[in-house]
Amino acid sequence: MSEPIEEFRGRARAWLNQNMPPLSPAAWDRRAEGRRAVERDLQRRVWDGGFAGICFPAEYGGLGLAPEYQDVFSDESAPYDMPFTFNLPTFSILAATLVDFGTHEQKLRHLPAILKGDELWVQFLSEPSGGSDLAGCLTRADRDGDVFVLNGSKIWSSGAAESDYAMCLARTNWDVPKHRGLTIFILKIHQPGVKVEQIRQVDGSMEFCQEFFDDVVVPVTDVVGEIDDGWTVATRLLTHERSAVGGHSKYISGRSIGHDPSNDDDNTIVQLVRDLGLEQDRHARQLVAEAQVRQMVSRALIDRVSRGIAAGAASPASGAILKLFLATGVMRRTEIGLDIAGEVAAAWPVQEPHTPGQIMSEMSLWRQGISLGGGSNEIQRNIISERVLGMPREYAADREIPYRDVKRTGG
Amino acid sequence: MTPLLDDRVACAAVELDLTEDQAFFAQTTRKFLAAECSITAVRALESSDDGFDRDYWRRGCELGWTSMLVSEADGGGSLSDHGILDLVLVAEEMGAAVAPGPLVPVSVVASTISAHGSPAQKRTWLPGLLSGELIAAWVSGDGAIVEAGAQADVFLVTVDGEQRIVAAADATISPLVGLDLVRRFARVEISADAGEPIGGDGERELQIAVALQSAETCGAMQRIFDVTLEYMADRYSFGRPLSSYQALKHRVADNKMHLEASHAIATAAARAIAEDAPDANEVVSAAKSYIGAIATELIQDCVQLHGGIGVTWEHDLHLYLRRATVNRATYGTPTEHRERIAATIVGAA
Ligand SMILES: Cc1cc2nc3c(=O)[nH]c(=O)nc-3n(C[C@H](O)[C@H](O)[C@H](O)COP(=O)(O)OP(=O)(O)OC[C@H]3O[C@@H](n4cnc5c(N)ncnc54)[C@H](O)[C@@H]3O)c2cc1C
Repeated sequence: MSEPIEEFRGRARAWLNQNMPPLSPAAWDRRAEGRRAVERDLQRRVWDGGFAGICFPAEYGGLGLAPEYQDVFSDESAPYDMPFTFNLPTFSILAATLVDFGTHEQKLRHLPAILKGDELWVQFLSEPSGGSDLAGCLTRADRDGDVFVLNGSKIWSSGAAESDYAMCLARTNWDVPKHRGLTIFILKIHQPGVKVEQIRQVDGSMEFCQEFFDDVVVPVTDVVGEIDDGWTVATRLLTHERSAVGGHSKYISGRSIGHDPSNDDDNTIVQLVRDLGLEQDRHARQLVAEAQVRQMVSRALIDRVSRGIAAGAASPASGAILKLFLATGVMRRTEIGLDIAGEVAAAWPVQEPHTPGQIMSEMSLWRQGISLGGGSNEIQRNIISERVLGMPREYAADREIPYRDVKRTGG
Repeated sequence: MTPLLDDRVACAAVELDLTEDQAFFAQTTRKFLAAECSITAVRALESSDDGFDRDYWRRGCELGWTSMLVSEADGGGSLSDHGILDLVLVAEEMGAAVAPGPLVPVSVVASTISAHGSPAQKRTWLPGLLSGELIAAWVSGDGAIVEAGAQADVFLVTVDGEQRIVAAADATISPLVGLDLVRRFARVEISADAGEPIGGDGERELQIAVALQSAETCGAMQRIFDVTLEYMADRYSFGRPLSSYQALKHRVADNKMHLEASHAIATAAARAIAEDAPDANEVVSAAKSYIGAIATELIQDCVQLHGGIGVTWEHDLHLYLRRATVNRATYGTPTEHRERIAATIVGAA
């Protein structure tokens, strides 16, 4: 018998109040150096308090409770600084995929370590040659007895420089069509043969990384799922990603899903209206309300689609609807923010970081990132039209031929 | 080619998870509408005065259309604990069929009389409204156009948060010509001292009207979305189906997203009313401002995807476009409902 949910809520509230620092924009700056170290410590506190991994299996360090408990904990944690970075991608994508496909040993080795805050994970999926066409991956893993030897390059992996492990997609068979020769590996990031370079993003942050693999040795025991059947694992991983980004993963703890302040930009919009004295401006009032409506619709949509998927009434691919709604919502809301902000989006005082004008304008610089990461809007639209609605699939020139014969970028 | 929409595909209910009773109720209404008001029948009502057949309405009432918001003690009754959750199913089916009938005004007025009426008011009006013998209309604010105003036997009049019940004999009524082929409106003048006071302040009334209207628009959108999807699979251009073109697939995907979002917020609005949620006004206004604006866009896009046939009188698309446009314009425009939301966030204007 689980603890009655209201008792759980009371216990969580008291514990959070005693142990977690309050949330503030300064505390939560995606560009701040050392933020990940802070979050590891925060996650450790959550673990020590007995609230880590609420929906993860108890056998591997979680609490094995129903999603309602996670919801309650997330509600209660709203006022506090939380280890948001762990939510995405570590908990909701990579640990989730490990729960589904990992061997008992893999899970024992990594899940408790993740929940204690010792391991941050990232995804090594996209490559310089392309991210949308994920199965067109060129990084190779060649079998040599009990190990594979990895060569190639991954890119756009967020946070890799400060993380510990990756799930890495690599080609293990070039003589079969592209989806049938892929394998997913657990890869320790900081080890001989792996070079990690940071890439500066539009807003100045250094989240993006590129990795170069030079004869990296990976034991066969680090294969997730079956050899050459990595596409099955990758597909599940992407489903987890869509639910996480769309907002309905049970593995997410807290109300934000990573270093993405987009959930906060409604407050920022309201703040802007107040700061600029636009409360009585007809146009501004319409825009504030429109942003608010978007958020209310978004919550209702997440509820509808998650219940639909859970009940089998909607296809699991419907998560793409949530991702598309979120990304197009961010596009619209940043536009609204810029419209209201006027010139305070262009320049701000030296001594006052994090003015609403600055937050809004930087959010707007960054806005297409959300429409690209985790599968672009165009790819979500392909998924909705083809897999949710059953419209004809796009012509693909690379179907049913051995991957070594497929035409690629650069010849 | 006569692209009639009579072969109705099953319409996805606003609620994904209905109780067995609700599913049965929705299905009964769907079958009834399929039998009684085919598109041909709806078109035939265009030239009628009332826009609906009285006998059809009475039989709809027998199915429970007007009893869901009336308490059992007053002769009504609902399937779930909250009649609004049942009634939105009817509204959605009516939208899918662009069916005639004064569902919104009768529901609003019957609900107010049941909630606030004196025993005499209840005795006088409820049995007739429940059976379909009588029609009611809601005059919300001075000078607003009144749905079913010329058909009504009784009016609920709401001005500045005060409400009265007025018999049609005490009103001056001028029928209007409307965009929807079967939905009738009128201007109604009522002197300040006519009728008798009744409780309520018009907020609940607006919530109910908007929730029903939103569900109806969702039904209409869903129907047109489904029909367009089928059409695109059947129609060929340059040797392949329209549905195989990525530029079009992506628009359909966006429409699907808006459709699901509309269903979601329509459901949220009905639930907020049922639960008497503190933010019910806000959720209802969110539903209206989102659905009101998106529905006409979505249906217009479906017209575009049909090509020339889409802008003909012969094709049924325009019946749905008319309904969605009228629903957008009545019981507060999206802009007016956004203003209500703004007032809760940054204070009254
Ligand atoms: C913020 C952010 C975080 C990210 N984090 C990670 C990460 O942690 N790990 C990781 O591996 N990757 C990550 N990515 C990479 C991301 O998955 C890719 O950027 C994305 O999949 C697009 O791939 P690409 O950049 O190679 O663009 P391309 O695939 O070259 O696409 C270019 C453009 O063409 C469009 N396009 C491509 N194919 C089609 C098609 N079939 N139909 C219609 N349009 C198409 C795309 O939508 C896009 O607009 C991240 C990206 C961002 C922006």
